Amino acid sequence: MDFQATIDADGRIEPRDAMPDGYRKTLIRQIAQHAHSEIIGMQPEGNWISRAPSLRRKAILMAKVQDEAGHGLYLYAAAETLGVDRADLLDLLHSGRQKYSSIFNYPTLTWADIGAIGWLVDGAAIVNQVPLCRCSYGPYARAMVRVCKEESFHQRQGFEILYTLCNGTPEQKAMAQDALDRWWWPSLMMFGPPDTASTHSEQSMAWGIKRHSNDELRQRFVDMTVPQADVLGLRVPDDGLVYEDGHYRFTEPDYTELYDVVKGNGPCNQQRLAHRVKAHEDGAWVREAAAAYAAKKEARAA
Amino acid sequence: MNDLFVYTLRLGDDALISAQRTAEWIAAAPQLEEDVALGNIGLDQLGQARSLLQYAGSLDGRTEDDLAYFRDEREFLNAQLCELPNGDFGFAMARLLYFATYQHLLYDELRSSADETLAGVAGKAVKEVAYHVDHAMQWVLRLGDGTEESHRRMQAGLDALWPYTAELFESDPLVQRLPVAVDPSTLHDAWLERVLAVIDESTCERPSSSYQHTGGRLGRHTEHMGYLLAELQHVARSHPGATW
Repeated sequence: MDFQATIDADGRIEPRDAMPDGYRKTLIRQIAQHAHSEIIGMQPEGNWISRAPSLRRKAILMAKVQDEAGHGLYLYAAAETLGVDRADLLDLLHSGRQKYSSIFNYPTLTWADIGAIGWLVDGAAIVNQVPLCRCSYGPYARAMVRVCKEESFHQRQGFEILYTLCNGTPEQKAMAQDALDRWWWPSLMMFGPPDTASTHSEQSMAWGIKRHSNDELRQRFVDMTVPQADVLGLRVPDDGLVYEDGHYRFTEPDYTELYDVVKGNGPCNQQRLAHRVKAHEDGAWVREAAAAYAAKKEARAA
Repeated sequence: MNDLFVYTLRLGDDALISAQRTAEWIAAAPQLEEDVALGNIGLDQLGQARSLLQYAGSLDGRTEDDLAYFRDEREFLNAQLCELPNGDFGFAMARLLYFATYQHLLYDELRSSADETLAGVAGKAVKEVAYHVDHAMQWVLRLGDGTEESHRRMQAGLDALWPYTAELFESDPLVQRLPVAVDPSTLHDAWLERVLAVIDESTCERPSSSYQHTGGRLGRHTEHMGYLLAELQHVARSHPGATW
């Protein structure tokens, strides 16, 4: 079956199948950026491992950040099925030629931010990613099945952190509200620009890479999240929020901020990239040693 | 304070402070596989710490978090090896080789302790630590016998940490009179044999320093310990009585 017939029949494209160049390039870009987001996303949360306020929370957070490294690994592996190398993709990240999700350019300022990231950021990621489990490219779709399972676990853990804070001392509750106030708008922006301004969407829909528009997914996220905020007893920082016809109508975020952060002008863009580049450069001698040792071993065996 | 409480704290503090340092590698490791591996190792260490601190706490009416977050520096009984700041990756693997090899021998003995809780913790931990030893060993070999630079760095790590190893094997009246404890001095020969075999195979030189630090088991630490605890404890201490 040829490429278009497979897509039309809602089948899966596999690595050895013929595919248009544009399809391959779009997937490489999207999967790589997804992988980059996982590994950059380790930083804002990793920022709180050393200070987690109980040993139980510390263990949960360590496991979560470790899961993200694992997600990065299998997403890079999925990208490699399209004929690229992880090392080259990392170079593209490090030189700023490929992006990662802008949400990770915001700082984690209090312990409640770890709850807010789990609840809102992982919540938004799930809404974005569940449809990707049916993506037309097989290796990506299969990686996403695993990622989504773990993300929904993380989302519940984040909610539970906030639930505990909201039922704790007044200071803890205020910490939770402050985190929601700061993370709400950036979370809405995770779905990308409004449909009227989205550049890649139409072709990706036709190729079965994308299944729903940015605005549809954003609405789904708001409808899912607002009742959860009510359970927490927190106020969503949007005066325009009203329930009508089965949906929450909400104020659109200020997309000029999104474009600005994407361009590099967010509070942590430079810090995140510098940290990543430093870890990579500091580790260069280790990777070189591993390669040299493997070569020596091989030579000795021969 | 009773002997069993103090003994359990020593083991628990070693594991907790090691976990705190290991976790600092997450998102800063030389490659993604290593972020995952060090995450695993840190989680194992933290899991051991929690079991041991829960047990210690049960002996004197405190929780694991009371012990981790509300003791001051002089009350922590870990060996100084565990608290030293992370150096480069060679330093990290030297520390893991020294520490995990010690822990492996210790837990292996402690499995047959007459104290069922300690024996149970050790029985689970000995399997985890066997992986830590293997991981450290593989890296010491790769780095020692890799490039000129990695050899130099691996040697530097092995040398820098050697003076902190004797403390792990110190005997004292407490371990001698507590029947359920393992006297760590009985583990030293086996430790030396295993660690030196790895160092020899890695083409590094055996460290030769004769000076050895001491004091951790009495709550006397390096200058680094206060900063480690300040970071670990500050949120919990800012909200006394809060639940997380």
